[in-house]
Amino acid sequence: MDISRRELFQIGGKLLVLASAGATLGQIVGAEPPSDAYRMADHWWGMIIDIDKCIGCGNCVRGCSRENQVPTGYFRTWVERYQVEEGKQPIVDSPDGAMNGFPPLTRTDVKAFFVPKLCNQCADSPCVQVCPVGATFVSPDGVVLVDKEYCLGCRYCVQACPYGCRYLHPETHTVDKCTLCYHRITQGLTTACCENCPTQARQLVDFKNPKDPVHEFLRKNKVEVLKPYMATQAKVYYKNLDGSVR
Amino acid sequence: MRRWFEDSGHLIRPALVLLAAVGVFLVIRAAVVPTAFGQYGHYRPAALGLARQHSLAYAGQLQCAMCHEEEAKARESGKHAHVACEACHGPLAAHADDPSIQPKLPDVADLCRRCHEKDAAKPAWFPQVATAEHSGGAKCTDCHPPHNPHL
Amino acid sequence: MTIPGVDGFMYPNEVELQWSLLIVLYPYITGLVAGAFILASLERVFKVEAVRPTYRLALLTALAFLLVAPLPLQLHLGHPERSLEMYLTPHRSSAMAMFGFVYLWYLTVVLLVEIWLEYRADIVRLAQTSAGLRRVVYKALTLGSENVSPAARIIDDKVGYVVTVIGIPSAFLLHGYVGFIFGSVKANPWWSTPLMPIVFLFSAMVSGIAAVLVLYVASMKLKKTPVDMRCLDTIAKYLFYTFVIDFTLEMLDLVHRTYEADESFRSLDFMVHTRLMFSHVIVQIFLGTLLPLALLAATQLWRFTEAARRAIYLTACGCTLVGIFAMRWNVVIGGQLFSKSFLGYTSYKVQFAAREGLLTAIVLMILPLAIFVALVKLLPPWTERVTSKPGS
Repeated sequence: MDISRRELFQIGGKLLVLASAGATLGQIVGAEPPSDAYRMADHWWGMIIDIDKCIGCGNCVRGCSRENQVPTGYFRTWVERYQVEEGKQPIVDSPDGAMNGFPPLTRTDVKAFFVPKLCNQCADSPCVQVCPVGATFVSPDGVVLVDKEYCLGCRYCVQACPYGCRYLHPETHTVDKCTLCYHRITQGLTTACCENCPTQARQLVDFKNPKDPVHEFLRKNKVEVLKPYMATQAKVYYKNLDGSVR
Repeated sequence: MRRWFEDSGHLIRPALVLLAAVGVFLVIRAAVVPTAFGQYGHYRPAALGLARQHSLAYAGQLQCAMCHEEEAKARESGKHAHVACEACHGPLAAHADDPSIQPKLPDVADLCRRCHEKDAAKPAWFPQVATAEHSGGAKCTDCHPPHNPHL
Repeated sequence: MTIPGVDGFMYPNEVELQWSLLIVLYPYITGLVAGAFILASLERVFKVEAVRPTYRLALLTALAFLLVAPLPLQLHLGHPERSLEMYLTPHRSSAMAMFGFVYLWYLTVVLLVEIWLEYRADIVRLAQTSAGLRRVVYKALTLGSENVSPAARIIDDKVGYVVTVIGIPSAFLLHGYVGFIFGSVKANPWWSTPLMPIVFLFSAMVSGIAAVLVLYVASMKLKKTPVDMRCLDTIAKYLFYTFVIDFTLEMLDLVHRTYEADESFRSLDFMVHTRLMFSHVIVQIFLGTLLPLALLAATQLWRFTEAARRAIYLTACGCTLVGIFAMRWNVVIGGQLFSKSFLGYTSYKVQFAAREGLLTAIVLMILPLAIFVALVKLLPPWTERVTSKPGS
């Protein structure tokens, strides 16, 4: 009976597994979140967008891009322009995500408007549901984040997002998306897109703050989320969103 | 019974191999996965800290107002009251930290045109003009002071 | 401003495809595994004696393809070195995470154990009769036990039977799960249907059975041994039945979509008629389904000579294998060619020598065949098994 050869194979197998674990080891062990005045449990973040105020200037897209070093050709936020003609499918365009605004539209025979889009920070997020390892998650304060030191880059979440707001970062090879400027909002600042919006079409809101304007906004206006039938509990509310918006 | 044991004793070997593999896996798992994993949900709590550890590019208009009181006051009473400083002046957190860093203001015509060029999709209440015909070639700021632009 | 390759409007992040040719290859490979195993179980569990000549061959086919299956996934990942995380911190709500365990279960408890039990007598004999490196390998494979008495072999046979019985639902799970990975994505109307796991499973069985038939004929040709026609006819018969079910399911999906004509229908219909015209209508439906079905039906309805039947079976199986690959392509790539706004389409250009390119795919399809040849050399499938029947 040759026990030694069996052991040899077992040891070999263990070494192989350990080598792979070693690669993972460096990434998994990490520090706790910084303890300071910001308490996650006190906040539940979202956004309100007023379609009638959006002028399609693209300031939000540029602001986000600079604040978050978004790679060229990918978008954490973008603006779409709709041209809705009676009885027809809408014509939609978003040149370079509206990074430089839009070329002027001259035709006046259609209903036309702008729709800013971003990650809807879904409370019941389908992207979080499908992540195989727990690299994307809903934070205790309602922001859907990606752990770029843990993400495998499998892109299942990109497939699962109904809104098209995720992409694979070409340099880190992990999935990236709007973080609601988590690094800003946890310091009392607003998001880069809201900061740069000249008409306050976009506003960061905190549902847990009783004095936040969102409560009145939701009570007094006709509001909608994108693709409500997806039942994602999206937290970006649009005022005066036309039914033709996809 | 003893006979049966002899004849099926070899079955224990693959079972042992599998068990050993499971054992190795569990040991690795205990060593590698941080104990805090799962504290807030199925993710590393360190990821929250990681998301917050990002440097600012935009300081925010409240920061600007702390030094540039005159411009902030001029803006207050006009139509640009809610247009953030950095919406036109660009990201200035670096300047707020170290005022010796003086970023350049973007080209005025482009800047104004981005918002105010006439476009059928823009809401009717928003002031917009066909800039090519509007000023007869003059710069926007020749007539409209940028911080309080209404004439 | 028009983006090259894009017609109409797509959300800006949708233009680039995320899941490439390698993700098409992956369900194809696991499908072959599941299908080959089901064919093997036909003999072992359902006592279809006629297909016994292919029993061991089918097991080795399954193993060869199963070993290669993770490779396209690893090559696709942004960070393959982190892939162990799927086992360390699997997210229980993710089908992809759970699949990792289904794969491991199937590889170890089902396939490896079954192959070991089936081949034990041969392994021990080869351990005793070979020399050098081969001897070392065979000795290792015995796991230290050289008990191959008839009584022990009868127990092996019984346990092997149980393992195969467990293996059948495991094979269903192995490939059904892949179907579920697509079918559960509510964001994508091309993928989201409860039929997806079942359609995937039956097309897997069809491709696996076809693959074993082709490999069996090829192996016999190489060994210059005559093909057992009774075996071949039986395999073809089961292939036909499975294909009929597979075709019915796919038609059901199509008819249902066309009838309900929901929001996505117009966009998807347009996509099938334009961008997927070749791969879906011509290759998958006509060449890959209707033609093999007609050929196989012909052999069931009329008499043909042995040589004619062999030719028909091989043609049908070849077309089937191409057709099922096209089906995976149409699901994976097709699901990403249209915009979730239903207002536009993008295109997919396969690169040649890139990490996820055509060359890689070709290598990944040849690799299991190379492993198969190595396995056949290591564990020759040609020796008869001692069964638990009394008197053998």
